[in-house]
Amino acid sequence: MTDMASLMEDRAAAKVISGNLRKPVDWDSPKISRQIKKRYAAERRFKMYGLSAIAIALLALAVLTYSIGSKGYTAFFQTYVQVEVFFDPAQIDPDGTGDPAVIGKANFDGLIKESLRKRFPEVTDRRSKRDMYDIISGGASYDLRERVMENPSLIGQTRKVWMISGDDFDMLNKGYISADVDEGDRRLNDEEISWYHALQADGAVEKQFHTRFFTNGDSREPELAGIWGAAVGSLYTLAVTLALSFPIGVLAAVYLEEFAPRNRFTTIVEVNINNLAAVPSIVFGLLGLEVYLNVMHLPRSAPVVGGLTLALMTLPTIIIAARAAIKAVPPSIRQAALGLGASPVQTVTHHVLPLAMPGILTGTIIGMAQALGETAPLLMIGMVAFIVDIPGSALDPATVLPVQIYLWADSPERAFVEKTSAAIMVLLGFLVLMNGFAVYLRKKFERKW
Amino acid sequence: MAVVTQSAMTAEPSVTSPKMTARDLNLFYGENQALFDVNLDIVERQVTALIGPSGCGKSTFLRCMNRMNDTIDGVTINGQVTLDNRDIYDKAIDVVQLRARIGMVFQKPNPFPKSIYDNVSYGPRIHGLVNSRDELDEIVMTSLERAGLLKEVKDRLQEPATGLSGGQQQRLCIARAVAVSPEVILMDEPCSALDPIATAKVEELIDELRSNYTIVIVTHSMQQAARVSQRTAFFHLGKVVEVGETDQIFTNPKDERTKGYITGRFG
Amino acid sequence: MSLTFLLLAIAALCALSFYFGRQRAIALSGGRYSNLHSLPAHYGTYTAMWCGLPAILLLLVWHMFQGTIIQGMIISDLPPEILNDSGKLSLALNSIFLLAADNGEHLSVSPEVIDAGKRLASLQIIANVALVVVMISVALVGLAFSYRKISRDMRARNNVERISRYVMIACSGIAILSTVGIVFSLLFEALHFFTKINPLDFLFGLEWSPQTAIRADQVASEGAFGAIPLFVGTLLITLIAMCVAVPVGLFSAIYMGEYASPKFRAFAKPALEILAGVPTVVYGFFAALTVAPFLRDNGAVLGLDVSSESALAAGLVMGVMIIPFVSSLSDDVMSQVPQSLRDGSYGLGATKSETIRNVIFPAALPGIVGAVLLAVSRAIGETMIVVMAAGLAANMTVNPLQAVTTVTVQIVTLLVGDQEFDSAKTLSAFALGLALFLITLGLNVFALKFVQKYREKYD
Repeated sequence: MTDMASLMEDRAAAKVISGNLRKPVDWDSPKISRQIKKRYAAERRFKMYGLSAIAIALLALAVLTYSIGSKGYTAFFQTYVQVEVFFDPAQIDPDGTGDPAVIGKANFDGLIKESLRKRFPEVTDRRSKRDMYDIISGGASYDLRERVMENPSLIGQTRKVWMISGDDFDMLNKGYISADVDEGDRRLNDEEISWYHALQADGAVEKQFHTRFFTNGDSREPELAGIWGAAVGSLYTLAVTLALSFPIGVLAAVYLEEFAPRNRFTTIVEVNINNLAAVPSIVFGLLGLEVYLNVMHLPRSAPVVGGLTLALMTLPTIIIAARAAIKAVPPSIRQAALGLGASPVQTVTHHVLPLAMPGILTGTIIGMAQALGETAPLLMIGMVAFIVDIPGSALDPATVLPVQIYLWADSPERAFVEKTSAAIMVLLGFLVLMNGFAVYLRKKFERKW
Repeated sequence: MAVVTQSAMTAEPSVTSPKMTARDLNLFYGENQALFDVNLDIVERQVTALIGPSGCGKSTFLRCMNRMNDTIDGVTINGQVTLDNRDIYDKAIDVVQLRARIGMVFQKPNPFPKSIYDNVSYGPRIHGLVNSRDELDEIVMTSLERAGLLKEVKDRLQEPATGLSGGQQQRLCIARAVAVSPEVILMDEPCSALDPIATAKVEELIDELRSNYTIVIVTHSMQQAARVSQRTAFFHLGKVVEVGETDQIFTNPKDERTKGYITGRFG
Repeated sequence: MSLTFLLLAIAALCALSFYFGRQRAIALSGGRYSNLHSLPAHYGTYTAMWCGLPAILLLLVWHMFQGTIIQGMIISDLPPEILNDSGKLSLALNSIFLLAADNGEHLSVSPEVIDAGKRLASLQIIANVALVVVMISVALVGLAFSYRKISRDMRARNNVERISRYVMIACSGIAILSTVGIVFSLLFEALHFFTKINPLDFLFGLEWSPQTAIRADQVASEGAFGAIPLFVGTLLITLIAMCVAVPVGLFSAIYMGEYASPKFRAFAKPALEILAGVPTVVYGFFAALTVAPFLRDNGAVLGLDVSSESALAAGLVMGVMIIPFVSSLSDDVMSQVPQSLRDGSYGLGATKSETIRNVIFPAALPGIVGAVLLAVSRAIGETMIVVMAAGLAANMTVNPLQAVTTVTVQIVTLLVGDQEFDSAKTLSAFALGLALFLITLGLNVFALKFVQKYREKYD
């Protein structure tokens, strides 16, 4: 470097002595015009890179939404099959008691099988019969029982009844099973497909809105599986998370922003919070497993433990958002309150916090949305159990929406693919609502000081 | 009185074949008009000072002269600005080339966070003005020399420019502008962030540069305008109130407003 | 349910004590509040705090120890032949807890265990009743104590403010507490693991197969615990993700910040943010069900043998997930580059792209490096995408078309489902967790330092 510097010095000295001017640039020379052309080409290229980067990102989003949406929308409808059912008194209520206890214990499953045998009398082979019974879901017998319990006068009559179909039949009706494939490579054989065509020719196959999907808990049978159990589990979990992380987060933010002296403790807390915000979520799961389950022996799979774990995870998000909101309140407001003789705590509770609240709430909602979509830490604390019942409290075993998605995504049945996608749509719907609300809050209370 | 001003503004009989001209220039920031029918001639190889109270539009006008306002959203301009009798807002004019011909030095020294050498060589490099490293070295040295900085920095050309003092940084920015061999150099309050000694150096430099370049300088200091410029234009509320020889403006202003500003009654 | 009830009861008591405290203050004031040192509401808050806070504190401490103490009592009563065999013990404990929860009718267990189950159930009931009684009495004692202390000259406001200050400090301390909790719980179990497996074998071993025994006669060692294949797999997927996320994220930030019209930005920016809000489990499903088959089929067309759980699929989707992260961080960083630098460059006649490449990007580089490091840390810790789309087999390969496994995948596989505690297999998950925590923590600290330095430079 020194060599070059001294070289330059010499040359510069020569220049100064001669004192001559550099000749002006000829901007119209062909060389310069070529340069300019090249530079503009580079400019266009660069801009193209930027645009294509955004295009790639948006394309990925579009493909994601499309692939979920196109796979999932069919799950909101379910195939039903109409079969003529004879409500055989001998089967349902042989003694004619009309006692609900007796009716409730009757073999409705057998009734359905009987009806199917009547519909397809040509089926005699044992295996074929078993296949035939799969046309109707195992859950249909519960529907039938409920129907008879509600209206015992049905006993002895013959009625055409729409019954929920089995998952393979449903898939066939929705076009996910193609008859063109070699028979050995599909879930339904030719005979089963011929039954489908026969029923369809009768007008006995139709799709109905699938309310069960929204009201049922999980099930091994795809057509009976619903998201309500997981949704309630999510609700309990989020409630616990919110109840803990919101007050603790806000109080911590207030302290750090308004009261904390500049000392070692404060610095450590601040560094800590920043780092906690970037700790992988699964590590919080390990913490929950070790502390809540192994040390404190709280119940496994319970929303309360999930909520406690997620609360620790969302705490940094809320603290950071709340601090930013509090910081945005101008000092003049504090000075005004203090000048009137309000104590620091009064200043904060009467003036600073109310003004910062929209920002704090926005941050909290975003933190809650994150918690709602979180899966990994909940796997660690056992919220992946197969749970049919709708949880009744935060202490019952439960699962949550994203974990339900994970469980269904792992299931081999074809019909669970559409359930998974549909559950994803529901989850995304909740997230869009929450984020939309956060944006609304921010827009509505946005204030420029 | 108004009639006199008007004639002083449009006629300008003393100026023949100006380097740059502005004719009926209006500028809007969205809805707000910032410049009103500005007419001004810039004489070659002279220093023209633009003075006036803050917010009068002098900096805005300066930025029109090399189309720096193009980078701001929502600015609309009508009227004409010419360089060597060609409209610089013409579609055929290339902004990039134009800015190479009309260099600019800003209010706050803004060296790039690179070495001193890289700062000065940046312009020639992007414009492809050189064919060899030697040529580039030469341009860097002459430009630094011309900006009066060579002696101070020749031993640390590879050190970061941000390590220089404020005055040195500003002279480096001048060197950086000079390195592209522009025809006109626009200076937007180049000394406002500098201490008096650094200011004196830069002013001296401006005076030397005058022999080779056409210079337009915006300044809020009337002393500075008087010291460095040959011609002065007084801006007020987005309009050119008066323009003329610096001596005449300062000793015998024709307009009441000019007189008021110069004597310190407002501004 | 009883917990909810208890909390509601305490809340009601607090409300009641607020009312009492306030009334007493009003009565003492003789109708003129200025006779009091503080406002009546302060006296109310003071009593409410004395009523609620000790009770809540007690509840926390109680729950921290109740399980351990009861379990200790149960274990001490078990016959020695169960006690001395850790496998039998954990099995017996499991049955006992099921029995106590009325879920164990179908279990065929020894009478001692059934007795223990009954004992556990009764102990739990006793503990719950005791908790209710003790908590309510603590609340009442607090109420009575503070009520008696109320006088005209008592500085209720100062007391309330002092107590709230302590509460706030405690809340801030929770952040530290959770870090300490993470470190200790990981360290404790990991050390436990390292008493069974040599740390050097773990850190530098080339084979990972926790499920299978190498030699049947090996004591306490069920498999191979060499973590190198996991680290390689993690790095491979992270690298693929970064190859997508860094260029795409950076260029979107550049276009968004420097070129896009306000209209375009108003549409594209939220759209990019949606990508950030999509839960990872959704990305995992997308990777496993759409991207992986797509890659496999197209690979087959090109004559490539792409595994159906290829690192490429997981990496690509993870990259998409991280795009908005990189883009928003680098957007922040680049928008902090002062306008004067841009002006300087434009003023010399540089085009936009020249300005970005030669001035803005180099100036923002430290910040961008920090952003990329944060993104890397995020990719390393990401779990669901890899659990669903990457494989389980610990292949030592850098071929993106093959299946690899990652640290997070192994943690999940080892800990989901029934676990036998104390086995090296389960404990290894904590050792992996510790490694993961330390690596990401290191990256974060480093990255935040970078960003911090950068901010200071331009603020």
